[in-house]
Amino acid sequence: MCFKAKRLLRLAPAPVLMFLSAAALAAGGEVNQMNMSPGVTELGGEIYNLHMLILWICVVIGAGVFGVMFYSIIYHRKSRGVTPATFHESTKVEILWTVVPFLILIGMAFPATSTLLELYDTEDADLDILVTGYQWKWKYEYINEEGENISFFSNLRTDQSEIYNTAEKGEHYLLEVDQPLVLPAGKKVRFLVTANDVIHSWWVPELAVKKDAIPGFINETWARTTEQGIYRGQCAELCGKDHGFMPIVVNVVSEEEYGEWMATKQAEAAEISELMAQTFSMDELMERGKGVYSRSCLACHGPNGEGGVGTAIAGSPVATGEVDAHLDVGINGVPGTAMQAFGGQLNDVDMAAVITYQRNAFGNNMGDMVQPIDVYNHKKG
Amino acid sequence: MGDHHHGPAKGLSRWLFTTNHKDIGTMYLWFSFSMFLLGGFFAMVIRAELFQPGMQLVEPAFFNQMTTMHGLVMVFGAIMPAFVGLANWLIPMMIGAPDMALPRMNNWSFWILPPAFLLLASTLFMEGGAPAFGWTFYAPLSTTYAPPSVTYFIFCIHILGLSSIMGSINIIATVMNMRAPGMTYMKMPLFVWTWLITAFLLVAVMPVLAGAVTMMLMDVHFGTSFFSAAGGGDPVLFQHIFWFFGHPEVYIIILPAFGVVSQIIPAFSRKPLFGYDSMVYATAAIAFLSFIVWAHHMYTVGMPIAGELFFMYATMLIAVPTGVKVFNWITTMWRGALSFETPMLFAIGFLVLFTIGGFTGLMLAIAPADFQYHDSYFVVAHFHYVMVAGAVFSMTAAVYFWLPKWCGKMYNEAMGKTHFWISFIGFNLAFFPQHFVGLAGMPRRIPDYALQFADFNMMSSIGAFIYGASQIMFLYNVIATIVSGKPVSDEKVWDGAEGLEWTLPTPAPYHTFETPPKIDPVHAHS
Repeated sequence: MCFKAKRLLRLAPAPVLMFLSAAALAAGGEVNQMNMSPGVTELGGEIYNLHMLILWICVVIGAGVFGVMFYSIIYHRKSRGVTPATFHESTKVEILWTVVPFLILIGMAFPATSTLLELYDTEDADLDILVTGYQWKWKYEYINEEGENISFFSNLRTDQSEIYNTAEKGEHYLLEVDQPLVLPAGKKVRFLVTANDVIHSWWVPELAVKKDAIPGFINETWARTTEQGIYRGQCAELCGKDHGFMPIVVNVVSEEEYGEWMATKQAEAAEISELMAQTFSMDELMERGKGVYSRSCLACHGPNGEGGVGTAIAGSPVATGEVDAHLDVGINGVPGTAMQAFGGQLNDVDMAAVITYQRNAFGNNMGDMVQPIDVYNHKKG
Repeated sequence: MGDHHHGPAKGLSRWLFTTNHKDIGTMYLWFSFSMFLLGGFFAMVIRAELFQPGMQLVEPAFFNQMTTMHGLVMVFGAIMPAFVGLANWLIPMMIGAPDMALPRMNNWSFWILPPAFLLLASTLFMEGGAPAFGWTFYAPLSTTYAPPSVTYFIFCIHILGLSSIMGSINIIATVMNMRAPGMTYMKMPLFVWTWLITAFLLVAVMPVLAGAVTMMLMDVHFGTSFFSAAGGGDPVLFQHIFWFFGHPEVYIIILPAFGVVSQIIPAFSRKPLFGYDSMVYATAAIAFLSFIVWAHHMYTVGMPIAGELFFMYATMLIAVPTGVKVFNWITTMWRGALSFETPMLFAIGFLVLFTIGGFTGLMLAIAPADFQYHDSYFVVAHFHYVMVAGAVFSMTAAVYFWLPKWCGKMYNEAMGKTHFWISFIGFNLAFFPQHFVGLAGMPRRIPDYALQFADFNMMSSIGAFIYGASQIMFLYNVIATIVSGKPVSDEKVWDGAEGLEWTLPTPAPYHTFETPPKIDPVHAHS
């Protein structure tokens, strides 16, 4: 859509007109987009068509109903000296306007039912991905038939300075993550959706996928994207403080690229298991720990460990107490509070680094280090 | 006239101990208006934060408290008590009864409300803040992950439920037992009918809500796991219970609004209501359907396909009786002699905007499309079209329509009309663009948003500020009328108004219909 036409649309005086013209604006994620995007899946196109069909039916009925009303408002005014009629019922008309809408609804029910059946058909997927909602990030786990499963967390990448208006906001403000979900184009991907804490909802408009992520349940949904590209979505179910800050980015690539990416991921995983056997210096741990802290702890415990939703880390009895007790909180969480068990979220290297960091930053000056092997041993009990 | 009938008592005790339906109605109305301003203030905070991208005024945690408190205060504090106040004032006068059937309980059902809301508002100042889990308070966000103030919230909901149940029992008892001789059910004004049906809905679903919050209380304090999967419970169960209350609740809010509009449109069309009987049946049909459609709020929770289809078909059916109502109102206007005083303007505003809300409701009913609409701003736009332009516009129309009868003075018509136009423009500016951002992918209940949504959000905020400000004009107009309005003595006030309340002197005396009126068979209902 050319720039001028868009401006015209924006200036259109009657909002209803804007709503209708919006049909012309199709592609998703555009500035001032006014309508649903047909997206990049066949199912998304069908849902879009269904949406437009019902919208138009409503518009036509609305035009009729409001037309009659405005005719009355203009021509049946007392100020024109009309004498009011006295009729107050007509069985014929009343039956008619009960039956006709009923038939229209039946007409709508057919395409709605067939689209819904398709939406529910999660059989014969080429690839399974377990999507887990956490306060406030997503975890993706590729369930590979051969080789090990690959899993990683996907966190908001937008900097706090952009959110608090001290830096200019980037193009994909709030819709950018550190590690996107990567999908092969043309493959039927089944998403198994669940959550670790509260209810979240995994929504990517252009994949026409929204499914609630519920702790204790595994929901299924699917998508087969036809076009390569980057598609962005967000958590749709209120899940606490940072509900607005857990975006979803899906990178749809060719099958080849996907294969390469998967190989890199698997190599990375192997590297991590190698790192686990190593011993790190204080500087190495502190540097790694700072990054882990900002991704996994900062949202609740504050950029300077001053606390927030979570307790303060600066000068806290845990971070300045026994190493073992500190590790226990990090690995197993604190039941009954918002402090999650990070033992399954962070690998042993990252856990060792972040515990070390917490004990030696924000004015905490314990001087001790935690190595991956310590984490490993603690987990083993 | 015997001397044993007292006028109102003097001073504060008049209001504390009153059993008079008019006094209690007045208190309900003032209370609900003050809650409307409070809830509106919360809305202004929300819209101010959303005026542009980035966090400016409040922190995300506080933003969630605002959306939650806005919803709770508006639904339970503003809209519901407003219609109960209207019922108190009008039902006895419309059916020719001297008062409500259970006057002492009437006093009690009002007076437990202010402490309940004081308690709710006080949570804003507590450690951990006010409830921040949305007015739908889905578990486990509202149980395991809730701030400590959730316990106060639960207590508050219990009191509100108690108040609503007592109020409804009173209305049912009044309508069933205290109609004047000759006032048969099918002669009652439609407002009385819609309230009778609403009262049954309330009695049916408020205990369900009480059950839901009690289970939450047990989960929070007594170690049960009703809604916690880790303990063998089910978080989705909460949503089923909540919406089994919640869906009838939205009709509890809108049915009395239907009743109000059904009184006002005939009055200013100078023509009897078209299809009275079908209006009654349509109301009953909507009430029945409201019990079997609850899970359309939960299309994305992962229900089996059979459940999904059942709830989709049942929900679509609601369009039929709702359509009948809209057609009846428009046919009432057809070939009438219309005039456009403020109550009529608000009633027509209701008709247009509620119908738009009905259309988006039909769209939302279509399950596969709802997978895209669900939890987006499209839903926010939809329910504000039916809640604000539906319930609040009709309530405003009602105040302008009956205020002269209540206080014997006429409001300022020019100011009333200005109030309507500013409200109408502000409302649409605030909520129409929300359809767009919702369809474009903006989730609801977020304190900050991506840049592509910025223009429409700014528009929306400006509209909301305009709509909010126009309510100050309303408040001023009402107070000015009561204090120094032009006296009206004509019994009918409006030349087209029909019904028993318009046969009473203006202003309506403290006690009315101490002896039952004779029902004129021609003008039995309007």
